[in-house]
Amino acid sequence: MYNFDYEKPSTVADAVAALGDEDAQALGGGQTLIPTLKQRLASPTTLVSLSGISEMQGITDEGGSITIGGATVHADVASNGAIAALSDLAGNIGDPAVRNRGTIGGSLANNDPSACYPSAALGLGATIVTNTREIAADDYFQGMFSTALDEGEIITAVKVPKPEAANYQKFEQPASRFALVGVFVAKTSGGVRVAVTGASEEGVFRWSEAEAALNGNFSADALEGMAPDADGMIADLHGTSAYRAHLVGVMTRRAVAACS
Amino acid sequence: MPKDHGIGASPKRREDVRFLTGEGNYTDDINVNGQAYVHFLRSDVAHGKINGIDTSAAAAMPGVVKIFTGADFEGIGGLPCGWQVTDKHGEPMQEPAHPVLAQGKVRHVGDPIAAVVAESVEQARDAAEAIEVDIEELPAVVDMKAALSEGATKVHDDLTSNLCYDWGFVEEVKPDVDAAFETAAHVTTLELVNQRMVANPMEPRVAIGDYSRGTDEHTLYTTSQNPHVIRLLMGAFVLGIPEHKLRVVAPDVGGGFGTKIFHYAEEAFCTFAAKACNRPVKWTSSRSEAFMSDAHGRDHVTKIELALDADNNFIALRTDTLANMGAYLSTFAPSVPTWLHGTLMAGNYKTPLIHVNVRAVFTNTVPVDAYRGAGRPEATFQLERVVDKAARELGVDPIALRRQNFITEFPYATPVAVEYDTGDYHGTMDALEGLIDRDGFAARRAESEKNGKLRGLGVNCYIEACGIAPSNLVGQLGARAGLYDAATVRVTATGSISVMVGAHSHGQGHETSFPQVVAEMIGIDESQIDIVHGDSSKIPFGMGTYGSRSIAVCGSAMVRATEKIIAKAKKIAAHLLEASDADIELKDGQFSVAGTDKSVAWGDVTLAAYVPHNYPLEDIEPGLEETAFYDPANFTYPSGAYACEVEVDPETGKVTIESFAAADDFGNIINPMIVDGQVHGGIGQGIGQALLENCVYDENGQLMTGSYMDYAMPRADDVPFYAVDHSSQTPCTHNPLGVKGCGEAGAIGSPPSVINAVVDALQSGGHDVTHIDMPASPSRVWAAMNK
Ligand SMILES: Cc1cc2nc3c(=O)[nH]c(=O)nc-3n(C[C@H](O)[C@H](O)[C@H](O)COP(=O)(O)OP(=O)(O)OC[C@H]3O[C@@H](n4cnc5c(N)ncnc54)[C@H](O)[C@@H]3O)c2cc1C
Repeated sequence: MYNFDYEKPSTVADAVAALGDEDAQALGGGQTLIPTLKQRLASPTTLVSLSGISEMQGITDEGGSITIGGATVHADVASNGAIAALSDLAGNIGDPAVRNRGTIGGSLANNDPSACYPSAALGLGATIVTNTREIAADDYFQGMFSTALDEGEIITAVKVPKPEAANYQKFEQPASRFALVGVFVAKTSGGVRVAVTGASEEGVFRWSEAEAALNGNFSADALEGMAPDADGMIADLHGTSAYRAHLVGVMTRRAVAACS
Repeated sequence: MPKDHGIGASPKRREDVRFLTGEGNYTDDINVNGQAYVHFLRSDVAHGKINGIDTSAAAAMPGVVKIFTGADFEGIGGLPCGWQVTDKHGEPMQEPAHPVLAQGKVRHVGDPIAAVVAESVEQARDAAEAIEVDIEELPAVVDMKAALSEGATKVHDDLTSNLCYDWGFVEEVKPDVDAAFETAAHVTTLELVNQRMVANPMEPRVAIGDYSRGTDEHTLYTTSQNPHVIRLLMGAFVLGIPEHKLRVVAPDVGGGFGTKIFHYAEEAFCTFAAKACNRPVKWTSSRSEAFMSDAHGRDHVTKIELALDADNNFIALRTDTLANMGAYLSTFAPSVPTWLHGTLMAGNYKTPLIHVNVRAVFTNTVPVDAYRGAGRPEATFQLERVVDKAARELGVDPIALRRQNFITEFPYATPVAVEYDTGDYHGTMDALEGLIDRDGFAARRAESEKNGKLRGLGVNCYIEACGIAPSNLVGQLGARAGLYDAATVRVTATGSISVMVGAHSHGQGHETSFPQVVAEMIGIDESQIDIVHGDSSKIPFGMGTYGSRSIAVCGSAMVRATEKIIAKAKKIAAHLLEASDADIELKDGQFSVAGTDKSVAWGDVTLAAYVPHNYPLEDIEPGLEETAFYDPANFTYPSGAYACEVEVDPETGKVTIESFAAADDFGNIINPMIVDGQVHGGIGQGIGQALLENCVYDENGQLMTGSYMDYAMPRADDVPFYAVDHSSQTPCTHNPLGVKGCGEAGAIGSPPSVINAVVDALQSGGHDVTHIDMPASPSRVWAAMNK
């Protein structure tokens, strides 16, 4: 790790001010950032911790939707239960230490192509709330590790509409236990949404063919034999692109089956 | 009734009190006053020529004490190899130099180029980043076949090729073996990979060098399984330090699994630098460094052929193996694919003709050496896989085929140079069958199929050569060390005992099981006895712990020393009781005169030994302390039969272990609970190899699995509850305790049954799969089903 200064503001405004410095960086739970620093792969001059900002903490239920503070840890989402599929997803991220430090804002800001939360945000049609604006999930994810966030912009909350039914199926990469393929299926007022993580070189994506088929007939049978094109799927030590494409089909059918 | 003390009892592990309460004293817990820290600058290319190293900017960085490069080690010995293999032409293996810091060339990612000693770890790291190294990258040699091809780039320019040795065993019988294959009724052939593994002990390596100008004495604190081996190798061969001026301390060590046997560059460096800087120098490996500097394990590519006659008797076996040595020869590397592998190819079977060919190859990868089981898992895996494949090809029951070919008479001289003293392979197979409800398998399979899963049952046997090893024999085979062990039993005036042992405990529970033996022999409470290990200044010269040797070899030395103690104590008792030594009996800590009610207690005798007022000083010396060295007459041969049941999800290829059963014959058992634990841990590692772990390099020699993000370690939910049985016991005939050793069995015995089960499951689903390489990861299994 290189040396850095550490600030722990108690309001979003102070955090934004502190992040005004070009080489300052937000620190959520540190579960991604701290290992990066230890490897000396990043050298921020100042880390601005978001964990002391009470307005970014906790989950409120507004009836038709919930709002999750951007600094809410996975363990709190896991134990909340207002959207069962989302809580299940959070409860299977990493291990207890990761779940008690890692935050939803950090995960969405990082947009790791194998992370779980991006598929939930996209699948549920969530809105990413920042210190300056609201961004629809459909506009937010812009490819591996890339998002609509500007430099210094903070995710203060995530607004998540409650689905009629939803389920997340994660097929774990054997070593990291991140998603080798993860599929979030949600039946929403605006139709069925199928969001896939872990699989594509473009990061999280909506599998529109599956959505179309499911809008006609919300059953696993409607997807029989379907899989996305293997072109553009990630190929690595843990699976070929053909394997990942196949798993997307399998996990989607399982998620649909688990919804009903 | 299970015993509640002594041999055969299962007291809880006393060392766990300190381990579970954070009171352990690991090497990294040691901080020597005034210590500086070292950071190694390691190569990030697999193969390269060093054109120049400029340390001037780095040397001026804050906190830098001194920077070392290969130039500082010119004229100093390299790391020695402890075993010389002779090839099939009678020539010695090719043995390259292994410098402490790179000399002119780097040969694997992680090869140390320079070392910065500074006031803090971070300052050392900062300065290392400022070192300018001009490296001309050379083509990397990664694949073993390519490494042996004509015109391949050489890892070592001064060697004739990348071939370390071409070993034929037993070369003279090759024509007979080949002839048997000509006439065989059936031949089963299998090509397989025993993949490269990273040992990953929980505690990474640490070394602290300390030097006293006042006394000219060196101390090395290090994470080692064998401090005296390190003292000898480093003192005599690398740094030229007289052994009496060098103390090596291996305190609590958090797991070794073989990879902490070897003498490493970092140990020699810290010892050297402490004197050069006149300051203690400490190095703590990061996990990332461990992946690229701890010796790896396995990495064999093998073709095995089994010939059977018309009655399904095994008539001949032939193997051809490429064994990866990595870039340099680690301490015991050459012995692993040869003497620890070829000699086990008979397995549990009376195959009369066997020929083993092994070519060891240099590549631009981390050196490979012993990893839990060392050679024997590789032998067991290929043999038990080919036997299983043969059973399938012949349509016979895999257990019946094995039983038909079992060795049943002992001692049994194998055609591969070892003599099994005892064993009962039907006995362990009977015990296994008692654990697995084979008759119920069809119903369990039907149940799995109802849930859309494929179910498979795999079995295998194993035999291992442990209790390593008879010195005169291994000397003939090329070992450059003896493999005896030693113990000193020191009795105090008040009767409590310290036993100083050469074996080292780093998870094996010696501190609990060794006292059980002495307590049993004398008849006193175990709490009166402690084990001292791990400090060359306190213990006699023993060879340490590996090869399931601790109780069989060091335990035997301890028995011999305790026998000497008892013999002397009887003389003292005889004097106190005014009787003849021959009439003295020792029972439950009381010395009595046979046929009388006259007795003295253990404590009376020990007090007399140290306060010799009424004592036969004209016949014996005061005091009660004895040392014994024990050199085994043979290896020991633990054996067993294992079974695994798996479910395969045909949609994803994911394998789950539904049950695992192990029936072992370890001879006599000191502490059944500890033995269970050793078997559990070994099976966990075997399942890790079978399903999860894989160390992968890309074609440029970059390590693709350099962290736990990509190297899959087994976790608790990857393994089932084990059914373990060691009721089948044929005591070792040549050591005083009749023990065989249990440390490696689980890792040796478990991978084949897992893969046999996976193949069984896939075939039950109609898939034409006859073999699947380890790890049987979901993607591999799915690919095998969808080829
Ligand atoms: C062992 C392990 C296992 C894991 N397994 C999984 C898994 O199975 N699935 C999964 O999805 N994830 C997994 N993770 C990742 C985990 O969920 C992380 O917590 C998450 O990716 C990052 O969240 P964080 O709060 O720790 O962010 P940090 O590491 O603190 O920050 C990550 C990045 O986000 C930025 N950032 C943080 N908070 C905000 C914010 N509110 N607004 C804007 N930018 C912000 C930071 O500047 C940084 O660039 C795992 C992590 C570990 C260590």
